Amino acid sequence: MADKALVGEKAGMTQIWDDQNRVVPVTVLKVAPCRVVQIKRPETDGYSALQVTYGNKKVRSLTKPEAGHFDKAAVEPGVRLVELRVDDTSGYEVGQELGADLLAAGDKIDVTAVSKGKGTAGGMKRHNFKGHPASHGAHRVHRAPGSIGACATPARVFKGTRMAGRMGASKVTTLNLEVVSADVEREVLLVKGSVPGPRGGLVLVRAAVKGRS
Amino acid sequence: MHFTDLIDRSSLRDDIPDFSPGDTVKVNVRVVEGNRERVQAFQGAVLRRQGSGVRETFTVRKVSFGVGVERTFPVHSPILQSIERVSLGDVRRAKLYYLRERRGKAAKIKEKRTAR
Repeated sequence: MADKALVGEKAGMTQIWDDQNRVVPVTVLKVAPCRVVQIKRPETDGYSALQVTYGNKKVRSLTKPEAGHFDKAAVEPGVRLVELRVDDTSGYEVGQELGADLLAAGDKIDVTAVSKGKGTAGGMKRHNFKGHPASHGAHRVHRAPGSIGACATPARVFKGTRMAGRMGASKVTTLNLEVVSADVEREVLLVKGSVPGPRGGLVLVRAAVKGRS
Repeated sequence: MHFTDLIDRSSLRDDIPDFSPGDTVKVNVRVVEGNRERVQAFQGAVLRRQGSGVRETFTVRKVSFGVGVERTFPVHSPILQSIERVSLGDVRRAKLYYLRERRGKAAKIKEKRTAR
């Protein structure tokens, strides 16, 4: 698990030039400065995580349980509560603000978000099936999946057989992305490469958990 | 205005002259050889300008020893030391791909005369 984590919003992609004048494709993440509302500890909760909130929400529109929860932590109410799993919560305290200063250029991070929904998609798009030939006698089967199993034995289609269906809109984590720059003043992270999800979507950032840094 | 435009602002160059397809330009490119840097000129006709903002690129075509050579540069690339406009071209379209099929005199672009 990670030792650092953040909440952000995907603002879009652009490009910058590095010190060797090469173009670097970057995703711009607006970091939502988030406040720690509750710290989950293994002794009390069975796991360690930070429950954080970000943004602002009118006190009037809070439900009573929500208001009580924020009151207990003495934290300004935010739009949403998000849990960020971290290894060690000892460095954090309730009410602490987490911002872009947590990360620096060169750090490796993992970015989690809900990917763009593609609706009902066929086997070619959803599972990278090859489809059928364009010609050589292929008739109305160009994008069809082909065989989905044998005949009388087993006389059924196995569960989990890859077929057409709903695609996207699932939680996706991209591993080991490089932070190109962390702008503390504007609370912006520039991340090399793409991250899942649409512009304006919520992204969870954590320090990379796999691979060599 | 997109939020990413704020990020792009620092990469945009303001020392790029106005030029359009058909113009003849001299592009001075910084070339790094080992630890030495020198400037190499690439002169030819602008075939197209494509894209916008920090991602805008342009293509320059020249004929070198009878072989057509095209190079595409990002307009705001830091490897460009400077761009000089040598002459204005009088052309009727934005993408001059027809020049690729032409040789010699047929590939010549009329020069634009501006009223003075």
